[in-house]
Amino acid sequence: RKKLIATLRGKPWPMRKKLPTLRESQVFVEKYEGALGKGRGRRLYAYKVMMRKKWMKFQRDFENFKTACIPWEMKIKEIESHFGSSVASYFLFLRWMYGINMILFSLTFGLVMVPEALMARPYGSIPRKTVPREEQANAMDFAGYAKYSVLFYGYYNNQRAIGWLKFRMPLSYFLVGVGTVAYSYMVVIRTMARNAKEDGGGDDTSFNFSWKIFTSWDYLIGNTETADNKFASITTSFKEAIVEEQESRKDDNIHLTRFLRVLANFLVLCCLAGSGYLIYFVVRRSQKFALEGLDNYGWWERNEVNMVMSLLGMFCPMLFDVISTLENYHPRIALQWQLGRIFALFLGNLYTFIIALMDQINLKRAEEEKVKFNMTIWQANLYNGTLPENSTAIPIMVDPADVPRGPCWETMVGQEFVRLIISDTMTTYITLLIGDFLRAVLVRFLNHCWCWDLEYGFPSYSEFDVSGNVLGLIFNQGMIWMGAFYAPCLPALNLLRLHVSMYLQCWAVMCCNVPQERVFKASGSNNFYMAMLLVILFLSTLPAIYTIVSIPPSFDCGPFSGKSRMFDVIQETLETDFPAWFGKVFSYASNPGLVLPFLLLMVLAIYYLHSTSKTYKHANLELKKKLQAINFISVYLVNAILFSKTQHLSNWLLASSSICILFYSHSLCCLSPGQPSIVCSSLLYSKVNCPATLLLAVRANGYQCNLVLGVRLQQLSSTVITLRDYVFFFFQLLPLGVATADHLPPSCPIHCLLYFDTNHLHVHLHYIHKPSLRSTSSPSTRQLHL
Amino acid sequence: MKNKHLQKISFIILKMFPNFKQQYFLSRLFHRYRDLAPQLVPLDYTNQPDVRLPYELIGSMPELKDNPFRQRIAEVFSEDGEGNMTLDDFLDMFSVLSEMAPRDLKAYYAFKIYDFNNDNFICKSDLEKTLNKLTRNELTEDEVRMVCEKVIDEADLDNDGRLSLEDFQHMIVRAPDFLREVCNFHHRFTSTMRGKMRKKIQEITL
Repeated sequence: RKKLIATLRGKPWPMRKKLPTLRESQVFVEKYEGALGKGRGRRLYAYKVMMRKKWMKFQRDFENFKTACIPWEMKIKEIESHFGSSVASYFLFLRWMYGINMILFSLTFGLVMVPEALMARPYGSIPRKTVPREEQANAMDFAGYAKYSVLFYGYYNNQRAIGWLKFRMPLSYFLVGVGTVAYSYMVVIRTMARNAKEDGGGDDTSFNFSWKIFTSWDYLIGNTETADNKFASITTSFKEAIVEEQESRKDDNIHLTRFLRVLANFLVLCCLAGSGYLIYFVVRRSQKFALEGLDNYGWWERNEVNMVMSLLGMFCPMLFDVISTLENYHPRIALQWQLGRIFALFLGNLYTFIIALMDQINLKRAEEEKVKFNMTIWQANLYNGTLPENSTAIPIMVDPADVPRGPCWETMVGQEFVRLIISDTMTTYITLLIGDFLRAVLVRFLNHCWCWDLEYGFPSYSEFDVSGNVLGLIFNQGMIWMGAFYAPCLPALNLLRLHVSMYLQCWAVMCCNVPQERVFKASGSNNFYMAMLLVILFLSTLPAIYTIVSIPPSFDCGPFSGKSRMFDVIQETLETDFPAWFGKVFSYASNPGLVLPFLLLMVLAIYYLHSTSKTYKHANLELKKKLQAINFISVYLVNAILFSKTQHLSNWLLASSSICILFYSHSLCCLSPGQPSIVCSSLLYSKVNCPATLLLAVRANGYQCNLVLGVRLQQLSSTVITLRDYVFFFFQLLPLGVATADHLPPSCPIHCLLYFDTNHLHVHLHYIHKPSLRSTSSPSTRQLHL
Repeated sequence: MKNKHLQKISFIILKMFPNFKQQYFLSRLFHRYRDLAPQLVPLDYTNQPDVRLPYELIGSMPELKDNPFRQRIAEVFSEDGEGNMTLDDFLDMFSVLSEMAPRDLKAYYAFKIYDFNNDNFICKSDLEKTLNKLTRNELTEDEVRMVCEKVIDEADLDNDGRLSLEDFQHMIVRAPDFLREVCNFHHRFTSTMRGKMRKKIQEITL
């Protein structure tokens, strides 16, 4: 009775049946249980229940709160329901980037900019922190005062410890620079690993459509607008799945497609070569201008490189898009190709830009020697009448603005990057406004008075360009990583830019864009974007690392001035701030004899882990296949048992057939093609008089044939064996690869079961004819019963 | 007077369900039921009056208003199969849809909900109706037909062209979303309980 009460909840009886049963059982239980522990135990129990409920409610509220705290969640959900998961994936990526930039910003702001602003010498106290006299006339624009502030490298003083906290400024600057890169690597790789885990574990698409149809409605929805969004998203998701299904069934003329694809790739290569040459040409021209002095030329010549890069970045992707219509790929694959090509384009542009920058750096360094010479002359002039000795201190008060300054290539690099990012941002926003918004307005309002239908015909409303936007975002981030060491203001600038972008693009998408014609699902994990981001991260930290390692810092500006290399600050810290044994340990550890074997060991470990993961994947797939085959068998068995029940067979048939199926499934594990395997079993089942079963399974040519023979044990010993001694005979012919969603077996399984009843011999021949997907006939089973 | 009636109901509930948690929910459920049509539903249920609320009232509840399957839900749980529910049916419905109900029970009732013609099989026409209700008739005929064929292909294990309860359960038990999806009405209720009533129940039971 107690068990009945406990399980009553799980029974599918209507309430009016449950209630009386429950009442009866409770009365019964009460009568025989006694009143022990009723009074006190009840209070404690009720209290415990209340606390548990309160805890559950608290947990649920906290979850709701956490979900509500995620920024822009509702916006993105709305976009997803109208435009599909690929467009939404862009916005999710944008939001994730915003998170990373927030951390980078907090690092640079908190550990570099704020200490320098608060604890170091203020503006105007030493020469490097003041705008020089010559420049003060036109210092009011961005290049002037901003250059001599915490925002750029040149402002920082090389004093080893500043303020009352003895904050090690140069060390902090260096470590923050390294730390931002390290953090970015860690985050990207962690996200890739997490995506890979989700993807590999839950790759079960065997019930894709069934789950979509039965489990996609969210019964929690109580709001009409949310319901509308949910309907839209369900419809979109069905359309996506249908497109996937159709794509996997298409088969075209292969040769024509291949030829077109080769042609398209050739055209794309031509475009890339053309753009590379154009940038090279422009950079050479700008170097010529720089040599002649920039004052002779107007705005266009000064900013030529930036403008050309931005324009190329705007027009070439459109060209690639047109070319890609030749290729006729699945939309997701076409997107990946598009991304790859634009990636190559941007990479070429960026590296040409860096080469141009390197030329300018070398120019400045050549200038340094001249300036050093000039400064000694100037100092000598200062002491002309007073102290002719080589005293190091300057007793004469000279206004810091008047001291001649050395060239500062780091600040110049930082400024170039800032300029590049700003022009890039402006270009993006202007193209957005003109390309999307203005176009939508024109189409909408000129439609009344135009010859052809603007909405269906030529311009029509634009679709959201996922690939272009994603790449823009990735390259933007690459530029930030490159320049953050020389201009600590870059993460802050990027944060602002991303914030504005989010709102602007969300508005633009909902207002001016229409959903794509063919809605397709973004690749299940975002690993494609992550992989590109990783590559960009690697490529953009290379130039910075090169400059840190090989170029000596300027002598007159920045936190590393006076050192021969920037990373000398680490050496200095180790020598002065740490105890002696620490330095010794470090020098032992960085001995090449120790480092090289360690590297080798790591490489071997990586190789080993990679190969084991491959074998696990393979084993996983095999197990899945076996599971599917066993499912099929078990369903058949259930049918056989159900059928046999109705024929009033005795228990031994059921027991023996179930045990033989067990052995059969065991044999699946050790079955290899072409090799027959024989499993014998004899059973001592106490209540039932079971026969011995003989199981023979052969697998060959894509079929598996199973024979099960059951023989009564007692009769085996006697010499006379009649027909009745063979208890049952079961034959099964299975095509392999059964029960997968896409591929139907070439022909159908056949099952034949012969068994003896007290008076009759029963023969069942079960033949399943599975129709193809396109036909509408229902499957037929033929059963022969003699 | 309200208190006396409340005591009577609570007394009944107390006799049937000594579990504190169940009483708490049941009295709230009863008041939700009553709030739909106060003039029809008496406070005193000791004589077990035969009161049925018509489908229109049930379908206008905020939890069910936007659900595309509300009519089917009401039909499945009602005694007469038309959607007119007594208090027992109402309690039944919410107990199955609550988060406490076990997975198999939900699967059983989900099967009944999706079986439009009540023949204990989900055949192709049932699937088509389900799909049209889910997408509000936005998909074309071809697409609907394709999806239904695909579903039968995926889930039909005994190959008779329609889904039986075993097929359905086999498929739904593996679905990652199923539990989350079929109702969490429980937490919708937590806000509607009035303080005095709660105290009363506590007094009576403790």
